[in-house]
Amino acid sequence: MKTLDEQFGMPACFNVKSKPSLFCPGCGESMILKHLGNVIDSEKIGSKITLAIDIGCTLLSWNYFSFDTIQTHHGRSVPVSVGYKMANGKRIVIALMGDGGAYAIGLQSLLHAAFRNDPILAIVINNTEYSMTGGQMAPTSLPGEITATSPLGKNASIFGPAFHGPELVRQIAAPGAFIARATVSNPTMVETVIARAINNQIENKSFSMVEILSICPTNWKMNAAESFEFLAKLEKVYPVGEIIKNKNIK
Amino acid sequence: MSEKKFITGNEAAVLGAIEGGAEMFFGYPITPATEILEGWINKASEDKNLQYLQAEDEIASGFATIGAILAGKKAFTATAGVGNVLMQDPISMAENERLPFVGIIAQRGGPSTGTVIYSQQEVNLTALGGNGDGLRIVYSASNVAECYELSAKIFSTAWKYNFPTFMLTDGYLGKQKITTALNKPLRPFPARKILKEDSLNPTHIRNCFGSEPEFAKVLQRNISDYKFLIDKVAQSESYKVSGATDIILAHGSVAAAAKSAIDDLRADGVKAGLIRPITLRPLDTKAIRSQIKNAQRVYVIESAFEQFARLLVYIVPELASKMIKVFKPAVGFTPEEIYKIVKDNK
Repeated sequence: MKTLDEQFGMPACFNVKSKPSLFCPGCGESMILKHLGNVIDSEKIGSKITLAIDIGCTLLSWNYFSFDTIQTHHGRSVPVSVGYKMANGKRIVIALMGDGGAYAIGLQSLLHAAFRNDPILAIVINNTEYSMTGGQMAPTSLPGEITATSPLGKNASIFGPAFHGPELVRQIAAPGAFIARATVSNPTMVETVIARAINNQIENKSFSMVEILSICPTNWKMNAAESFEFLAKLEKVYPVGEIIKNKNIK
Repeated sequence: MSEKKFITGNEAAVLGAIEGGAEMFFGYPITPATEILEGWINKASEDKNLQYLQAEDEIASGFATIGAILAGKKAFTATAGVGNVLMQDPISMAENERLPFVGIIAQRGGPSTGTVIYSQQEVNLTALGGNGDGLRIVYSASNVAECYELSAKIFSTAWKYNFPTFMLTDGYLGKQKITTALNKPLRPFPARKILKEDSLNPTHIRNCFGSEPEFAKVLQRNISDYKFLIDKVAQSESYKVSGATDIILAHGSVAAAAKSAIDDLRADGVKAGLIRPITLRPLDTKAIRSQIKNAQRVYVIESAFEQFARLLVYIVPELASKMIKVFKPAVGFTPEEIYKIVKDNK
């Protein structure tokens, strides 16, 4: 049997049996998982990865890869990863979650993992809403953004402005932490920052966090072109690249 | 083999956990469980093989415990009251994923932050909590020596049967310091890696399923596994029940007071006896049923409002007709008080 890589250019660490995946057509998360798989292949670390995934659309990746996965919810992929890494420091431990898990219900754990410099990688997919539950407003929703729970547009004076997770985490994270934001419109950048983050866990035994701006054509109710136009708007609000600490804030 | 020590219940629980093979502890300070966190950290400062994390809250403590368990470590937590409420989230996941989660619940008064030292009000939450059907194993320690023995035992039970397993204590028990013999527990059941770290044959543990029929099969298997363990795990102590007309059903600290009262009642010619469930879930139904059969009166005494009683009546429905209810939510019992209750009912 031909490998997925031979047939479709898919990463070798993908679990063939789980394909085709259950993600909606055009979903940004399946792109992100492919980039993650590419990095794991090129770094030859498929046998060393343990992946903790969250509730929401990330739960669909429960058998996506040929390495161990544990499925949890509400950003608890972070403390599960922290406990796992403490128990077995040799593993490369990745927590995968959405912006709701990371920045709303599970923020406490993300902040404290960064604060303690726990040597795990948190990948946060930011598509500005709760996708699996049908597109509700998230902390990351832009002011004015129409969602299922902000039908007239997000009122920033009530619900706050666009939530900048990596910038917040950077302010309290240990100096050795690597924190960056990338976007699915730039695949090379996604793979570069994931590789750097994984390397930071291996070499520096430090915390890493990568937020990836992503698209959700289904809940955004947009076609491909419109989705990438909205993504370009997100990239203006949420700057991509490594996040640097604001030294003016003590 | 036993050794005498001058020791508190919480200190005994820490020693017992180590005897049971515990290697990692995750917790958050809350009275009256805090000394277990502190005691573990003291031990960890002497022994590099023992790890710990004081986490940001009980949710994180529980989920980090799960992370360590997945890697094959005997990890545990200890909590109480509102911490136990938060802990239900990770415990529920451990039930769903059939993980050998281990916890010590030092009961305090509720609802909410209630009082800080004593109650028997965390029976419902510990035995039946979570958003599924509450498939857990719950022991209740009655004295300091038992804090040690059961603290070791809960690890073996959890790892053998793959259900979350708990020891209930309370602050009176945890903080009292007495000289007592500590019996060496049986050889611990070994831990194993749950995520196998084998990329040729990866382990994928699910918490969320795609359809009701698919999930129903998982739940049916869990329920049948639980039914299988009942006879093997259920445990109770019977004290002077032979020929007893008056039987007390009590657990934990209340059972210790009842035991003392029974000695005095017997000395005064009252045929009183005690059945003390050591496991509250599952209950030792056979022993309870056969021993209450010939009793004229059965007293269910607890420092809670009908929590223990409800567990009993569901399993032994015939108890309802002869049960004398003695409930004092979040307040303790003295042996004299229990003596008087039985004596006055005669």
